[in-house]
Amino acid sequence: MAERENILEIKNLSFSFKTYGGEVKAVRDVSYNLKKGEILGIVGESGCGKSVTAQCIMRLNPEPPGFFEGGEILFKGKDVLKMNKKELKELRSKDIGFIFQDPMTSLNPTMRVGKQIEEVFNGHKDISKAEIHEKALNIMKLVGISDVEKRFRQYPHELSGGMKQRIMIAMALVSEPSMIICDEPTTSLDVTIEAQILDLLLDLRSKLGTSIIMITHDLGVIAKLCDRVVVMYGGKVVETGTCDEIFYETSHPYTSGLMHSIAGLETDKDTALKPIAGTPPDLFAPPKGCPFAARCDYAMEVCQKNPPEQTQLTEEHMTACWLQHPYAPKVDLRMARKETV
Amino acid sequence: MAKYIVKRVLAAIATLFVLVTVVFFLVRLMPGEPFTNPKLTPEVAANMRSYYGFDKPLIEQYGTYINNLLHGNFGYSMKYTNKTVNSIIAETFPFSADLGIRALVMAISFGIVLGSLAALNRGKKLDFVCVIVAILGTSIPDFIMGCVLQYFFGIKWGLLPVAQYKGFSYTILPATALAFYTLASVSKLMRSSMLEVVQQDYIKTAKAKGLSKFRITWKHQLRNAIMPVITMLGPTVASVLTGTFVIESIFAIPGMGKYYVESVSNNDYAMILGMTVFYGFFLVFCNLIVDVAYGFVDPRVRIGKK
Repeated sequence: MAERENILEIKNLSFSFKTYGGEVKAVRDVSYNLKKGEILGIVGESGCGKSVTAQCIMRLNPEPPGFFEGGEILFKGKDVLKMNKKELKELRSKDIGFIFQDPMTSLNPTMRVGKQIEEVFNGHKDISKAEIHEKALNIMKLVGISDVEKRFRQYPHELSGGMKQRIMIAMALVSEPSMIICDEPTTSLDVTIEAQILDLLLDLRSKLGTSIIMITHDLGVIAKLCDRVVVMYGGKVVETGTCDEIFYETSHPYTSGLMHSIAGLETDKDTALKPIAGTPPDLFAPPKGCPFAARCDYAMEVCQKNPPEQTQLTEEHMTACWLQHPYAPKVDLRMARKETV
Repeated sequence: MAKYIVKRVLAAIATLFVLVTVVFFLVRLMPGEPFTNPKLTPEVAANMRSYYGFDKPLIEQYGTYINNLLHGNFGYSMKYTNKTVNSIIAETFPFSADLGIRALVMAISFGIVLGSLAALNRGKKLDFVCVIVAILGTSIPDFIMGCVLQYFFGIKWGLLPVAQYKGFSYTILPATALAFYTLASVSKLMRSSMLEVVQQDYIKTAKAKGLSKFRITWKHQLRNAIMPVITMLGPTVASVLTGTFVIESIFAIPGMGKYYVESVSNNDYAMILGMTVFYGFFLVFCNLIVDVAYGFVDPRVRIGKK
């Protein structure tokens, strides 16, 4: 895996929103990368900056009130933050596809779905109308829509939720982008449709070699789909690693907390789940030290005062926690997890 | 779609029938009668009454009226000698319709443009201007607006004719006065609707597709934002129509308004009924068009699959 090149590199990205109440520091010093053909999962609870970071990649956050405080986003070596209008249009319509969370509201209700797929090619001069139509029909078939000619002419309200999400995926894929970003694509779907959509994404990755960023707060989705995982909390990356490392070599108390708060197949009905106590930090005034310190069972004095250093445990496995410091007491979060399983 | 239209037409006919019936009997409940001129001797008055058939049972008169109505005949006016209600409508309606249509076109087109521009420039000067226009328009009654326009444009600056209706320059002031309220409410509605639509997820989808700002605004935002304005058009036509009565009398325009108002104080039964039915027909027809148009703009309203 290591020899594969990075298609996307986010370096020390900080993004904030100006509001009447002050600045919301939504993303603080976030770095991660995406390799070619890889599925990268991003987990974290609501409001931890996963979506904002992902939308920064395509500059979809409204600016203003949002603005970049620093960092860079390199897509194939080019900084997205320095792109002009034309380059940005190319990036959005050709290079990266985006699948939104709620297919019910993400399609224009007054436009035929086929037209909405074709619209991706709006302004592309090197392709004829017939070719665009052909491509739209093909991609609809590819994402598992039957009777495409009929579906093409239908409006969003005539389709089911799963079908709409397929249209969204078709829209993201029609220009054959080298990368797609899925922002909780299955959150608003029921579980059978969710399984179908996830299988579809895996299938597409193997057919087209697309790199995928998968934003979710469902660890089950992560386990099924992802090669590597980024765990975010309070606008920061707290742990990254391969899927196995995150699940079995857990080294950040927050990741471990996430694992404890979901039920597995082995959980019997008498065992109480252990939710993480407290609420996420106020991003108007983010804590000086570790963002998780206030809710962490293992918090030490240093956690309140200084932000933790990033410790590289293996080639891929990184954690930002003071527990990794040589002077810190040894806590085995792995063991803690195995007890409950 | 055809089934939907037929359904709407049938409902419209039923509405008109109820309207005619209710107004026919209500008019007869009013105190007084058409022939109250002190110069009329009792014999002449009785003669007149029997001439118009008032001596017959009410229900029979109703039957006769409906029968005439179905033949498109509104009967004779009881005030203006030898004039049928049909001829009076034919004479005066073109003026009212002309004024009304000018005002409507002005209100809707300027309202939509102003509201959209305000929303696109939210928080800037243009937005401020639009909000002021909306507040003024919705709070100043049209007759005051009419007088103010007459005073400044007609008398003080002498730019436009003060009254009457004899050519394009004559139409500007009354149409503006009549349009102002509707223009203000359309622009207000359009502004808030645009601002609501821009928050929708599908606008973000359009942005993620790499569409230009112009295309997003034109194809995705406007089309969806215009829905509430279309819904409002039915009642809007009604308010512009009733507005014409007042504006016509301020600007001395020989439209229907004067006859309608006078007919009530004169107890001119045929005229009241004729005017009411005519206006009613017109309103119901406009609403019908709005409903059908709505189906064309918003696919979700279309009933019955092709």
